[in-house]
Amino acid sequence: MAEGISTLDDSTFDETVGSADNPVLVDFWAEWCGPCKMIAPILEEIASEHDNIRIAKVNVDESPDLAMRYQVMSIPTLIMFQDGEPAKRLVGAKPKSALLAEIGEFL
Amino acid sequence: MGVVQASPAYHERDMNGSGGTGSNDAAPCGTEPRDVIIVGSGPAGLTAAIYTARANLAPLVIEGEPSSTSDQPGGQLMLTTDVENYPGFPDGVMGPDLMVNFRAQAERFGAEFVTAKATSVDFSERPFSVWVGDECYRSRTVIVSTGAQSLMLGLPDEERLIGHGVSTCATCDGFFFRGQEIAVVGGGDSALEEAMFLTRFASKVYVVHRRDQLRASKIMQDRALANDRIEFLWNRQVVEIRGDDKLEGVMLIDTQTQERSALDVTGLFIAIGHRPNTELFADWLDRKPNGYLMTDAGSARTNIEGVFACGDVQDDYYRQAVTAAGSGCQAAIDAERWLEAQGH
Repeated sequence: MAEGISTLDDSTFDETVGSADNPVLVDFWAEWCGPCKMIAPILEEIASEHDNIRIAKVNVDESPDLAMRYQVMSIPTLIMFQDGEPAKRLVGAKPKSALLAEIGEFL
Repeated sequence: MGVVQASPAYHERDMNGSGGTGSNDAAPCGTEPRDVIIVGSGPAGLTAAIYTARANLAPLVIEGEPSSTSDQPGGQLMLTTDVENYPGFPDGVMGPDLMVNFRAQAERFGAEFVTAKATSVDFSERPFSVWVGDECYRSRTVIVSTGAQSLMLGLPDEERLIGHGVSTCATCDGFFFRGQEIAVVGGGDSALEEAMFLTRFASKVYVVHRRDQLRASKIMQDRALANDRIEFLWNRQVVEIRGDDKLEGVMLIDTQTQERSALDVTGLFIAIGHRPNTELFADWLDRKPNGYLMTDAGSARTNIEGVFACGDVQDDYYRQAVTAAGSGCQAAIDAERWLEAQGH
């Protein structure tokens, strides 16, 4: 059973992403972003279907410094972190099949 | 023209189909025909879904797939924030929330959804066939509501810098340009709406427009012209987009004098209009020279009996959420009455 999607902020991000054994896919999103809402259920599905990655969300309204640190200029942006470092970046909403294909190497 | 020919997709499937006889009159797909398939899920498609679902026609909505390019489930309103002119919401409503509600209302009455894009259609015989990849669906009527999507400038590097300073979605990306100088290209309502929205974040918004007057509605013009964070650059066109990892600026040309000038902006929001999503139907449905589908005046009927069109895919004039919804209702009623007349 996968653990679902957690929410990270300025105070929890470094520790959680840095100490994770598995890759962490971070979804930079906001309440006002339509395409973010479109991919939210897809990420829920991926989280429940794949135990070997973790999925976390960062609300850019609440954590603008994190968005700036990772040069997020468009949301949704998904960044895959491996050993605490960004390993892959996906910009814009995509269907589930395309997302899975893009992150396939981490699954 | 396309009415009597099988589409290329038909032939391909016929030849590759398992155990196919190779005969052209073999059924292109085996599913039990439905009464209504709706292709597209903006205000038009979902209104058609609400009406046909309430008429017990169990519509199947092929709603599209998530994207950030204004061609996605929920349609163009998914890329907006406040919608102030949709009746029934005196304080306005968020575009994505409105569309989530449209969909929930259709679902409540039994509409079914496929979250993928239709990939080909065959309208050569009834029931019609609609493919989503290898999946084939048949239906006695098809309602086309695939809408329109944002036009791009077509410049080198434009595609590469999307998400890195170039944007077609002010509401998605405006937030990241706090305190910066940015530009909006276009002169219609959507360009001015984006410019107004972007002044919440940007220190300055240039509106680059190739003419010396705006196409936008009077109320939007008045608001934009009165906004001191907006500066209009008239008779200018973007001819070059500069930047390696992210946008660093654009080159403009004066359409009168041909003089070139650089504009240092970190964001470029493109709102130069839309093109209808009609490629899928090009072999079958009559289109206007500008690509929009033709419908009989005052109805949603196309040139093929049993195929109806509604919303922006057939409307190059009003293009409002409420007119799209209205035409979706027309398509639903047209489809319902046509089925009745056929004895279904």
